[in-house]
Amino acid sequence: MVNSEVPVQNAKSSVLRGKRPKFTWDRAFPILTLVPSLAALGVFVYGFIFWSGYVSLTNWNSFIPNFSFAGLRNYVLVFQTFRFQSDLRNIVVFTVLFIVSCLIIGLFLAILVDQKIRMEGLFRSIFIFPMAISFVVTGVIWSWMLNPETGVNLILKAFGLHHLPQWFLSTRFVPNIQVGQIQLGIPIALIAVLIAAVWQMSGFAMAVYLAGLRGIPEELKEAARVDGAGPWRTFWSVILPQLRSTTTTIVIILTAASLKIFGLIYAMTGPGQEFVTDMPSMNMFQTTFQANQFAQGAAIAIVLLIMMAAFTVPYLISTIKQGGDA
Amino acid sequence: MLALRRINRTLLYALLIFLAGLYLLPIYVVAITSLKTNAAISLSQMWDLPSHLSFASIASAWAQLGPNFGNSFMLAIPATIFSSLLGSLNGYALSKWRFKGANVVFFFILFGLFIPYQSVLIPLLRVLEAMGLYNTIAGLILVHTVYGIPITTLIFRNFYTSIPDDIIESAKIDGTGYWGIYRYMILPLSISGFVVSGIWQFTQVWNNFLFAVAVTNPPNQPVTVALVNIAGSQTVQWNVQMASALLASLPTLVVYILLSKYFVRGLLAGSVKG
Repeated sequence: MVNSEVPVQNAKSSVLRGKRPKFTWDRAFPILTLVPSLAALGVFVYGFIFWSGYVSLTNWNSFIPNFSFAGLRNYVLVFQTFRFQSDLRNIVVFTVLFIVSCLIIGLFLAILVDQKIRMEGLFRSIFIFPMAISFVVTGVIWSWMLNPETGVNLILKAFGLHHLPQWFLSTRFVPNIQVGQIQLGIPIALIAVLIAAVWQMSGFAMAVYLAGLRGIPEELKEAARVDGAGPWRTFWSVILPQLRSTTTTIVIILTAASLKIFGLIYAMTGPGQEFVTDMPSMNMFQTTFQANQFAQGAAIAIVLLIMMAAFTVPYLISTIKQGGDA
Repeated sequence: MLALRRINRTLLYALLIFLAGLYLLPIYVVAITSLKTNAAISLSQMWDLPSHLSFASIASAWAQLGPNFGNSFMLAIPATIFSSLLGSLNGYALSKWRFKGANVVFFFILFGLFIPYQSVLIPLLRVLEAMGLYNTIAGLILVHTVYGIPITTLIFRNFYTSIPDDIIESAKIDGTGYWGIYRYMILPLSISGFVVSGIWQFTQVWNNFLFAVAVTNPPNQPVTVALVNIAGSQTVQWNVQMASALLASLPTLVVYILLSKYFVRGLLAGSVKG
């Protein structure tokens, strides 16, 4: 037995050596490679968020920085404003409508394109191309398309419609329920923004759904067919359940895009009359850089960040856990 | 049965062509409006083809946007190269050299993908000012390089995961070091990864508006800000606005048309694990 002759102390140190492997440059390089990026993100993401959070707790609400402590006063003030309450209504209404529209249209397009059609590449490219242009460009184009005097309304008129929508100039709500100082409901003006946003982003949902559809094993569909399930039955009980994680992914990415929406609003409508198309991102920008109310702007930004993190952090953690060890 | 199938196929194609037409409608409107003269712009004839082609509005848009075009190229090309290089190095370290805490590091990086940039904007502008980079293209390059790291790291990490670990392991046994493996094995296999990351970043940086409008003033503004200024002006006619929109989107559209396969892979990279 060789082991029995090894002194106890040596055995102990070899255990230690097993725990802490000898230093080699090849072990250090991966970490050293990441250090510059981690340092940059540490400052530009985490440091700046922390800094913004700090600003939101101060009295810096004029051009001259004032870092005296204000507690949560800025948050209270912001939540009391008509503008921010409108923002919250708008962002919720918009995000829900945007995601539902993109999911339905995206899935529908993906199924159409997945029918072993000719020129599939061309059709796919057409549905995705709006993703390649700027939200700002989309906003400029659709503010012409949806100009109440012309564009889409000319077509509606040709179909005999008389009460033409005022699109992004409208101040109407459907339904219109007064709650406190704001009206709850869907602002018609937001529908105009929605059309432009869905035009731009539905191709994304299509592309991800198409990848999802192609990932469903052929045997599953075959098995359903053998069991005598028709196309509808197969879709509802076989295909749709298989697309659950795909749908989650799309919802998360589109929620993030929706909460961030800025350029489209800026180029198309701005805050709108009575803030019918205002968003927290827009409110933050104007409050901070036009009204110089830095602390209140920072408070809006932090609220927006918390909304975003509530959606994306659980998703990120579960995705990394699943994929991490693979 | 066969007849029914043929009818179904015809309906399918009719539907697809109709929907494709719907998606292309804004392009039609932009094209015809850009080719009209000031005099030919009329609200009631928006959908009509121009009676004669005029490039006057495109020329007028170019006169206003031209310098900003240069700014956008000076911004997008370096920012794309820098963030892609960093993404490649990070992706290599994260996918091929598993170390303790790699997942935590990955999360730390990816979180930056989802932040609303408003939440970093106030400190960002002050730091850029302190560095003398406020209102410069160099400042915007820095901003887009740093905030581009999360997505490029994700793209390259997923890309490198598809390279078999066996060849890396055998190279390690042969005594090839960290940088040797990167230089002689990973980098030559990375070309399509760089194409995907490059196209994605170029498109994102070119199209970005928030950083552009926050960091720069005239005449240093990228083309997206200049476009909004033109569109926001009451005196600019619709034909010039549409011509400006067309010009501003031309570079990314051309890249998309030439390399749409890679663009879609970048699109999926943010959502589907490799």
